Amino acid sequence: MFPIIDAEFLAPDVKRFVIEAPRVAKKRKAGQFVIVRLHAHGERIPLTIADSDPEKGTVTLIVQGIGKTTKLLNMLGAGDTILDLVGPLGKPSDIELYGTVVVMGGGVGAAIAYPTAKAMKEAGNHVISIVGARNKELVILEQEISAISDELLITTDDGTYGLKGFVTDQLKALIESGRQIDLVLAIGPPRMMQAVAETTRPHKIKTVVSLNSVMVDGTGMCGGCRVLTTQGTQFACVDGPEFDAHQVDFELLIRRNRTYLKQESDALQRFLEQPERDLDLVRECRLEQKHPEVRCEAHPS
Amino acid sequence: MSANTPTPPLSNKERVKIPRQHMPEQDADRRRRNFEEVNQGLTVLGATTEALRCLACTTPKCIAGCPVGVKVKDFVALIVAGEYLKAAAKIREDNILPAITGRVCPQETQCEECCILGNKFEPVGIGYLERFVADYERESGQIGLPVNAPSTGKKVAIVGSGPAGLSAAGDLVQKGHQVTVFEALHKIGGVLVYGIPEFRMPKDIVRREVDVMRAMGVDFQTNVVIGKTVTIDELMNEEGYDVVFVATGAGLPKFMGVPGENLNGVYSANEFLTRVNLMRANDFPEYDEPVYDCRGKDVAVIGGGNTAMDAVRTASRLGAKTSYLIYRRSEVEMPARAEEVKHAKEEGITFLCLTNPVAFLGNKESFLESVRCIKMELGEPDASGRRSPKPVPGSEFELPIQVVIIALGTEANPLVQSTTPDLKTTRKGYIAADPETMKTSKRGVFAGGDIVTGAATVILAMGAGRKAAASIDQYLQSGEWDEAPN
Repeated sequence: MFPIIDAEFLAPDVKRFVIEAPRVAKKRKAGQFVIVRLHAHGERIPLTIADSDPEKGTVTLIVQGIGKTTKLLNMLGAGDTILDLVGPLGKPSDIELYGTVVVMGGGVGAAIAYPTAKAMKEAGNHVISIVGARNKELVILEQEISAISDELLITTDDGTYGLKGFVTDQLKALIESGRQIDLVLAIGPPRMMQAVAETTRPHKIKTVVSLNSVMVDGTGMCGGCRVLTTQGTQFACVDGPEFDAHQVDFELLIRRNRTYLKQESDALQRFLEQPERDLDLVRECRLEQKHPEVRCEAHPS
Repeated sequence: MSANTPTPPLSNKERVKIPRQHMPEQDADRRRRNFEEVNQGLTVLGATTEALRCLACTTPKCIAGCPVGVKVKDFVALIVAGEYLKAAAKIREDNILPAITGRVCPQETQCEECCILGNKFEPVGIGYLERFVADYERESGQIGLPVNAPSTGKKVAIVGSGPAGLSAAGDLVQKGHQVTVFEALHKIGGVLVYGIPEFRMPKDIVRREVDVMRAMGVDFQTNVVIGKTVTIDELMNEEGYDVVFVATGAGLPKFMGVPGENLNGVYSANEFLTRVNLMRANDFPEYDEPVYDCRGKDVAVIGGGNTAMDAVRTASRLGAKTSYLIYRRSEVEMPARAEEVKHAKEEGITFLCLTNPVAFLGNKESFLESVRCIKMELGEPDASGRRSPKPVPGSEFELPIQVVIIALGTEANPLVQSTTPDLKTTRKGYIAADPETMKTSKRGVFAGGDIVTGAATVILAMGAGRKAAASIDQYLQSGEWDEAPN
C-alpha cells in the first residue's frame, strides 16, 4: 500500500502526486520510472518519477489522464492509496558535463524531462529548456523548469502563450543561429521525439529520448516493451527507457503502442460511464490496509 | 468402500492386481473453453485403492527419486490407515507445498519412475496421492503447522518467491530464523502465479499455501526488485540480514531472431502467460490488463516444452479458432510431460512437428498475418543427445496466423548479478554456486533454482531451496564460510 500524501492539478487532466514510497525515494535517480497498479483488478502501467525526497520518503509522479488507469488515478487524492508501486526501474539518465544541453518537453513530457534537466544543471551544464504545449492552459512546471534552466523557451501550438509553434521550430532556430549544442534530450509523444531526432540527425547532435512502450513487469521478464534500435531488439524497461534517438525505429514503436488500442478505448469508455466501480475497488484495498481480514484479492470476478 | 474394493491386509499378489486409478478429468470438449482445473483429483475411495497398491518396500526406491526426499512409503501407509491429515503432515516435513507439487511435478521421471511396481505393472500414483492428501487437508481447514525451533535471532532475506524461495523459507523459519521473502511482482508465488495456468495450478491454491507459510511466520514483501529497489549489499550492510538466498529464477525470454518478430501479435510465452495468469487478461474488461483478442483467430505457439503446452492450451481457452503447436523436432523429442501433450491433443491442439518458422509477416499496421515455416528433418544427435533438426530445402510454406507465442525457454535475468559486483557468474550469466552447499562467491550469499541451473522444474527448484536452507542453517550456526565455488 502506498499512501498518497498530496495531490494537485497542474493543468486540466494533469495531476501531481506525492506518494509515500520510502525505498523507491531513497534509490531513485533522474530518468527512472515506477510501475503502478491501482487496485486488485488493475493493470500495471509505467510512470516516470518526476522527483523524490529521500528524507520524507516520498516520490512525485505527474500524470496525464489519457487512458482508463491514468484517468482513475487522477480522480484520487490525498488520503487515498495505491495498491502497488514498484521501482525505481530502468537505467538512470547519463548525467555528465556535456556543455550545452537542450532539454525538450512536449506536453506532460515536460514533467518527465524536468528531473533530468535538473540533474544536468547540477552537473554544471548550460541548460536550455524548450517546453511545448497545445495551449496556455497545458503549460506545466514553468516555475520549476525556469529555476533550473539557464534559458527557457515556451511554445504553444495555438500561440496563446510563449512562442507560437512547435518545440522543434525553436530547436531548429537554435541550431541555425549557430549555437553550440552538445546534447539534446527530448521527451514527449513519439511523433515529437521522432521530429526532434530528424532535426538533429543532419547536424550529428547527440540526442536522447525516453521511450514509453507498453510494459507489464518492468524487470525484463516479459519482453513486451521491446523496441528496435540499430543495436537490435532491446527492452525499454531494462535497457532504457532512454535511448539514442538516432538509433530508434520510431515507426515500429508507434505501431507497437497501438496493439491494444481497441481494448484501451473500450475500457476507457466503460470506466467513464461507471467510475464508481473502480473507485470502490480502490477503497476496498484501502480498507484491507486497516482491516487485514478484508482481502481485496479475494474480490470475486 | 464398495464391495469390489479389496480390504487390507492384502498379499503383494493381491496388491499388484489392483489397476492404477485414473485421474478424473474435466471433459476435453468442455474444458478447452474454460480455465477451470483439468484434473479433478482422486476421491477418498480412489485414493485408498491407489494407496493399497503400494508394496511398502523394505528399502523404498521412490524416496530416492524425490528431489526433496518426501517419505512416500510413510505417507501412503497413513492414507491406507485413513489418517489423511497425518499423511499431509508427513509430506510437509519435507515438502512445504504438497498441493502444488502434487499437481506439477513430473512424477513419471522421479518417484514414480523409481517405484518397483513399475517394472512389471504401472507404478503407484504417488503424485495423485500427494495431491489428494494436500487437498483433503486444505479443505478440512486443519492444516498441521510444523513447530518452529526457538528464535535464533538471525535474519535471512530470500530473493524471489517462486518454488526455490518458498521451500527455503519454509525450512528456515522452522529452524527459528527470521525470514523475509522479497518479490518483484505484486503477488507471491513467482512462476506458480505468472507462469503456470489456472487450469493446471489454481491460483487460489497457491495463495492458500502461501497463507500457511505466513502463519508459520514467514514475512513476505511484494513490489521489491532486488538490484533496483534495494541491493544485496544494502540488505546485508544496512538492513541487518545475515544471509541472502538468491532464487530469482530464469526470467529473460528468448526470442528467435527471425524477421518480423516485433510485429503486433508476436509474444514471448512469459508475456502472454503473465497477462493471463497474473493479470487475468482472460477476464478483461473485468480486469484491466488486456491480451490480444484470440477469439476466432489462428494462434501458433513455437516450442515443445511444458511452457509451450501451457501457452497453446491457454490460447485455445481464449477462443482461438485454430491453435497450432509448432515444434522443430518430432514428438518423441518433445521435452513436455507426456500428460501435458496428451491433454493438449485431447483439447484439439494441432501439432506441427518437424516444422520451424523462418519469418513472421504482417500487414501495413504491423499486425501479424501469417507465418512462413520450413519443414525439418532429424539428423545426428546433438549435445543434448537429441537428434538435431535440419531444414528441408525447398519445403517452405505459409500459414495464416494472427498470434504467435514464442516458448523457446528463458535465460538469466541480470538484475541481481549486475548490481552485486562480487557475485561470480557463469559464462551464460547464471550465478555460480556450489551444487552441494549453494554457496556463491560472496560470503553470506547463497543461490539456487533456475538462476543457477537454468530453466528447470518446480520440484528441482524446491530441492535446491531445501539444500540451500540446510546449508544456510549450518552457516548461521557455525559462522564459518570456508569454501568458495570455482
